[in-house]
Amino acid sequence: MQIFPCPFCGPREEHEFLFAAEAGKVRPEPAAKVSDEEWAAYLYHNDAPKGIAREIWYHQTCGTYFLMTRDTVTRDVKDSRFLSEAST
Amino acid sequence: MSGWRHPDLGQAVDRSRILRFSFDGAAVEGFAGDTLASALLASGTRILGRSFKYHRPRGLMAMGAAEPNAVFDVTLDGRTIPNQRATLTPLLDGMQVRSVNTAGSAGRDPLGALDLLHHFLPAGFYYKTFMAMGWMRWEPMIRRMAGLGRVNANWHPPADVETMNAAPQVLVIGAGPAGLAAAKAAAESGSRVWLIEETCALGGTLRWRGGQIDGADWTVFRDATLAAIEAAGGRVLTDTTLWGAFDHGLFTAWQRRSDAPDIHWRLRPSRTILAAGAIERPMWFSGNDLPGVMGAEAALHHLVLHGAVAGRRIILATAGDGAYPVAGALCAAGAEVTIADARHVTPDAPEGVHLLRGTRIEAATGHGAVRRAVLDHKALDADTVLMAGGWTPSVQLHCQAGGKLDWDETRDALVPRPGTSAVTTVGAANARYGLSEALAEGHAASGGSGPAPRPTVETGWSYAPLRPDCTLKGRVWIDMQNDVTLKDVAVAAREGYTSVEHLKRFTTLGMATDQGRTSNFAGLSAMAALTGRTIPETGTTTFRPPVQPVPLAVIGGRRRGALFNPPRRLMLEGAHKAAGARFREYGGWLRPAVYGAGDEAALALEEAQVARATAGLYDASPLGKIEILGPRAAELLDFTGYVRMSTLTQGRARYGLMLSETGIVYDDGVVLRLADDHFVLSASSSHVAGVIQKLEDARQDRFGSDGVVIIDRTAYWSTLSLTGPAARSVLNRAGLPDHGLPHMSVAETESDCVPLRIARISFTGDRSYEISVPAQQAAAFEARLVHALEAEGGRRIGLEAVMLLRAEKGYILVGKDTDGVTMPHDLGWTAPRERRTDEFVGKRSLFTAEAGRSDRRQLVGLVAEDDRGALPTGAHVVAPAGMRRSQGFVTSSGPAPGAGGSHALAMIEGGLSRMGEVIRIFHLGDIRHARIAPACLFDPVGGRLDG
Repeated sequence: MQIFPCPFCGPREEHEFLFAAEAGKVRPEPAAKVSDEEWAAYLYHNDAPKGIAREIWYHQTCGTYFLMTRDTVTRDVKDSRFLSEAST
Repeated sequence: MSGWRHPDLGQAVDRSRILRFSFDGAAVEGFAGDTLASALLASGTRILGRSFKYHRPRGLMAMGAAEPNAVFDVTLDGRTIPNQRATLTPLLDGMQVRSVNTAGSAGRDPLGALDLLHHFLPAGFYYKTFMAMGWMRWEPMIRRMAGLGRVNANWHPPADVETMNAAPQVLVIGAGPAGLAAAKAAAESGSRVWLIEETCALGGTLRWRGGQIDGADWTVFRDATLAAIEAAGGRVLTDTTLWGAFDHGLFTAWQRRSDAPDIHWRLRPSRTILAAGAIERPMWFSGNDLPGVMGAEAALHHLVLHGAVAGRRIILATAGDGAYPVAGALCAAGAEVTIADARHVTPDAPEGVHLLRGTRIEAATGHGAVRRAVLDHKALDADTVLMAGGWTPSVQLHCQAGGKLDWDETRDALVPRPGTSAVTTVGAANARYGLSEALAEGHAASGGSGPAPRPTVETGWSYAPLRPDCTLKGRVWIDMQNDVTLKDVAVAAREGYTSVEHLKRFTTLGMATDQGRTSNFAGLSAMAALTGRTIPETGTTTFRPPVQPVPLAVIGGRRRGALFNPPRRLMLEGAHKAAGARFREYGGWLRPAVYGAGDEAALALEEAQVARATAGLYDASPLGKIEILGPRAAELLDFTGYVRMSTLTQGRARYGLMLSETGIVYDDGVVLRLADDHFVLSASSSHVAGVIQKLEDARQDRFGSDGVVIIDRTAYWSTLSLTGPAARSVLNRAGLPDHGLPHMSVAETESDCVPLRIARISFTGDRSYEISVPAQQAAAFEARLVHALEAEGGRRIGLEAVMLLRAEKGYILVGKDTDGVTMPHDLGWTAPRERRTDEFVGKRSLFTAEAGRSDRRQLVGLVAEDDRGALPTGAHVVAPAGMRRSQGFVTSSGPAPGAGGSHALAMIEGGLSRMGEVIRIFHLGDIRHARIAPACLFDPVGGRLDG
């Protein structure tokens, strides 16, 4: 059972969280100018890196979306911050 | 009969208390303090079970968690717990014990004849033979023959195991010498230490080998450790199995208690020291699975603790010094003991023990039990063969915690590689078998100050490595529990399954409930020899939780039955109950289904008809009441919704949809605009959390959390929905203001100082008022409303009636009338898709090739062509003629309370352009005909909304 640091609530057990998306994706807009390929890439194509991953997670109990950097191999959490504090 | 009870020995048993139990129907006696294993051993019962595959007779072989054979179904006080390990089960008076894998009893098992067929049943036999003829056909028979214990399907263990959390500073796993030393040193430096021990007492090998530490009996050292732990605020848990190491330092432990329900511990220690000890390796010779072949250390354990002597004529086969005291103790107890040591240079034989140097055991023979041992081609009479083949460290938890192993050539074992897991491994678990090095290592691991505890006499533990000899004749067993022989390993190697992971799956080696404690090393070293590789090159299999079988009732804890997924309760539950409501769960809420006694369908129809004729009142409190506030609130709703809300005027309401980015309808609901910067979104009852998640996503990611906030006030308000042609009269009679509200509008008002929000929103097609009142004041308010309602001839209606009312109007339930591919235009709602020029969630997905297909399933109504009542919900729609390919399905169906007859909603391919077409409805072999019609059957012009 992993422990994730919610920037608002502090460390909580992983079952309180939902994975939202890989960080760094930008929603392609406007719809009329977005190709099928671009849209599919936005919706479905992920890097799923082995090692350091930057991900957006949602803390269900407080409603905070945040950017978490973690190692998918060692499960170490490196960093966690509000979206407003994130560079991307 | 070879095991016997020594008249004096047995420090753990109380001879004044005789306990009676039965084994496979036969009466047996033991003493308080016995385990099932020791009591049966002392009783002379040799065959304790049958093997998994060949139904060979098997006896007691080991101690503790390593025991592969003596696994029983134990019944006490009408409660049967299957697959109990005899070595870990304390004997209680009145236990009924049944052996497993037997068609009759362990002693007489007709399936024992299977063993004669062993030449035809090599490893992989089942996979090859039974797959070819269809595994499903054979599986029930094979399961009956193997399958271990029998589960009583009618037995529901109480949900009484409490899950407890704790965060010790130091967790010490195992209370042998190394664990005690580690716990003592840590506690003396002031740490809160939790010491976990699987058996009933502290001491580990010291309990049966004894010894002096720092000049006094070891029990003095044990008591000092206990005192130090207590002084530092720690705890000692015996009868507790630490069964798993999980991510981020979580450990789980199962504490067994005789006087109270068990406890499931979730421990998050700052430091963990693993002192789980080691398992004695068996030896590999023909017939090494015969009852009477046993581990030497186990024999000493059962002798010293329980006075249960393994036999009278004993051959002890070994290549190590550690077994010599075992031979000495058994000889002193009165057995005739011969040591067969594979080494030429050995310690001296203990007094009275016959020693054969440089002698290897080749076979044990006998029918159903050991009669002879063959040593270097010479047969010797013996009733018991003890094996001391060295040691395998118990490293499971180190590996579960992510640790790696190194091969230690001098100690002939795989040992934890330091620094690869957060667990520090000490003592025999780290291949430090000697008492002084175990104590020193435990002491050092806790950073103990001063000199480490020292034994007065050092024990000799050196041994010569032994390996399975693949050239030996006969059947040499390596995994007793899963019936794997050395030849099976050879078969696996021949067929190319040379990776240990493949070997494991092909032969099932190490996959039994003993998790390969006594067998993995043999399989691994045999495969290494067969393929000409070293042991580290061959590798090990992955260790996964649980270390020991744990009852599911322990893991489930109290989260079962009513506490598994508790439904949410209405504030007005008491009032509904008093009115005769029958409750059911709808979308996570316990809500009235119908009121009164009798046939539910008839009651629901009756309630719905009253609502159509006069008025009905239902509790709509679970409807989401999500408030969106701030200058950018309208903008946020425009982006997250399919329908624009910024164009909604103050005091008005609008129905909308929320899509996911894939364009699929996620939820529907009405948005109220209370003020320029204040909206209330009524999400579906079961989608409130998900809708908030989507709104927060947009707010925090797209709006930078700026200019808008989202508040869930669902629980703050109770909502009562008053519907029917007499709704306005009811309101007037109750003395409530109507404000002349038109359909789809909202007013905030109050009555008798109670704040109210009244919205003209209809889920039934009739004039309706959705009245929200602060939940704390709901009871009195509802009573007043019901009083007026009944005076007007109306009544409370349950959810089943509401479902009938909304269905004949074609009002959908998202998730029932829609599914994971439904887009808004499939519901006939095309305008925003065609006209909106701004961005909104899911927009781009509405214009893919898939979204534009003309044969998408679309929502329509269905009217049965016959008079056989409502069409079955879930039935498939097939074309009027030709192939019976499904073109869609019925999503909702029932009697039509307003229109009469019955009505159904369905999703049908291209349905919106097929109005009037007669199609077939296929359900469980029955075929009916129905006509495609508009989804709305009743009052299609909507005149009743303002009626």
